[in-house]
Amino acid sequence: MTRARSEGRFDVDRTTYEALVAHARSDFPYEVCGLLAVRDGQVVRHYEVPNAARSMTFYTMEGKALLRAMREIDDEGWELGAIYHSHTHTEAFPSATDVELAFYPEAAYLIVSLQHDEPVVRAFSIAGGSVSERTLFIDGEEASAGTRWT
Amino acid sequence: MPIEVRVPTVLRKHTAGEKTLSGSGSTVRELVEDLEGRNPGLRQSLVGDDGQLHRFVNVYVNDEDVRYLGGIETPLSDGDSVSILPAVAGG
Repeated sequence: MTRARSEGRFDVDRTTYEALVAHARSDFPYEVCGLLAVRDGQVVRHYEVPNAARSMTFYTMEGKALLRAMREIDDEGWELGAIYHSHTHTEAFPSATDVELAFYPEAAYLIVSLQHDEPVVRAFSIAGGSVSERTLFIDGEEASAGTRWT
Repeated sequence: MPIEVRVPTVLRKHTAGEKTLSGSGSTVRELVEDLEGRNPGLRQSLVGDDGQLHRFVNVYVNDEDVRYLGGIETPLSDGDSVSILPAVAGG
């Protein structure tokens, strides 16, 4: 399993976590993507955003759906907590393309890997071309998903 | 009536933290030039050396993605609203 320097955390509730995994599975083998809005460190809204690329190796959020979500986050005074996407055939670690196209340094980047039977979700910060891992907490408990496939 | 421009967090370093700007121009290109005068560095974040909008920047006029309008030459009218968002993409 590829590792990066560990720094910070990302908190998600169990319902949202399960919705992320269900979304990832819903369009397998294509990648899915979406956003999580947070307020005071808690997820308040989950946006499933269509993958305009509908590809097994690439995602790009559909422009109008992205605009609607970002505007609501801004208007409500929420924060963009996380940007997520799935990897259907590779591990839950940012690809070179993920690093190159990470334009939101303040957000957590969550990756849902469906490479194995059991989904693996990990969280990262990607800024200035460097990756650090954020510990994922589900309902306040450290997720074991990140260490299962060592 | 000026054109209102919503600026994303990542570009507010070029706008002294301002979330919305107002500008003028008859095309997106002219608007960008107008804004650049008061917000140095903004143009470089939006427009490449080829004079076109960066592939991974979304610009919307009245909520329509300019990729499906006329790109950087999309015409603007007074009172239009323009939004800028870095693309969310990866592999």
